[in-house]
Amino acid sequence: MTTTLEEVGAGVRDEPLTIADRTFRSRLIVGSGKYRDSEEMVRAIRAAGADMVTVAVRRVDLDASKEESLLHWLDPEEFFVLPNTAGCYTADEAIRYARLGRASGLTDWVKLEVIGDQATLLPDTDELLKATRILVDEGFTVLPYTNDDLVTALKLEEAGASAVMPLGSPIGSGLGLLNPVNVRILKDRLSVPVIVDAGVGTASDACITMEQGADAILMNTALAEAERPEIMADAMRMAVEAGRLAYLAGRMPRREWAVPSSPLGGMLS
Amino acid sequence: MSSDEIEILVNGQPRMARIGQAVSELLSELELDGRLVVVELNRQILRRGELSEVKLEPGDRVELVNFVGGG
Repeated sequence: MTTTLEEVGAGVRDEPLTIADRTFRSRLIVGSGKYRDSEEMVRAIRAAGADMVTVAVRRVDLDASKEESLLHWLDPEEFFVLPNTAGCYTADEAIRYARLGRASGLTDWVKLEVIGDQATLLPDTDELLKATRILVDEGFTVLPYTNDDLVTALKLEEAGASAVMPLGSPIGSGLGLLNPVNVRILKDRLSVPVIVDAGVGTASDACITMEQGADAILMNTALAEAERPEIMADAMRMAVEAGRLAYLAGRMPRREWAVPSSPLGGMLS
Repeated sequence: MSSDEIEILVNGQPRMARIGQAVSELLSELELDGRLVVVELNRQILRRGELSEVKLEPGDRVELVNFVGGG
């Protein structure tokens, strides 16, 4: 698929986000977890302007009174649904969940998570690499959630990942982008898109993340746990766009000392 | 337990099924839409077309999964 240029703001041209063979309108990808109710979730996702939404694979709750399925709210015609393997601690387990997600018939994409530690939810990168290789072999489009380490990211790219998703800070922490330098290093060295996944807490975090050159951001808790998710989603949409434009615009250099903005000459004697 | 009943595990819970009962019939009993649920039988994913063909056997482990909210 060819990448077409599109207008994103006054006089600035940007390419749309392209992952594997798919092009997305929005550089903001959102999760569907932890909302107070489904109606609030959909309103927030629409306000975010996201066209890709992550979902989890879980047992059907046989005891629950018949509730509407998630896909009743997240129409696959409107949103690109990206199944994740959240909660998996081994490559085998993650592969099982990825296959179940694909069996939905909706997609052969997977947001691959293999967690290595319960308290931090940091990834187990050995298992992640192993699962990435196997799933790529099986024809999946694999988007692995990883830490912000360049060497792991390069191995994931080599293994056939279609994007690399480094964390900004731990999942659900809202601590923002703890290491902007690493995102710039990843952007510099990887050919596949770099999508910062996890850690964004508020709009300024999203903006700073995009200013580093990240191709996109995936967030969930920052919206779902906001007091007013729909309004936060609006803010995030604008922050992602603002950060992207600032990145494209190229910021002024940082200086330790002041430089006057007004002419030095022409002062009265 | 009557003689034409078998015990299976559905999502980890013991459940009685009829001998020769198709997986699709189990889904109807549970009021589940086969288009929205993925079925794994003894760690093998069943394709939608197989649901009415595959019959339950004693001790079968059935997992019924769907998409839920997640990040």
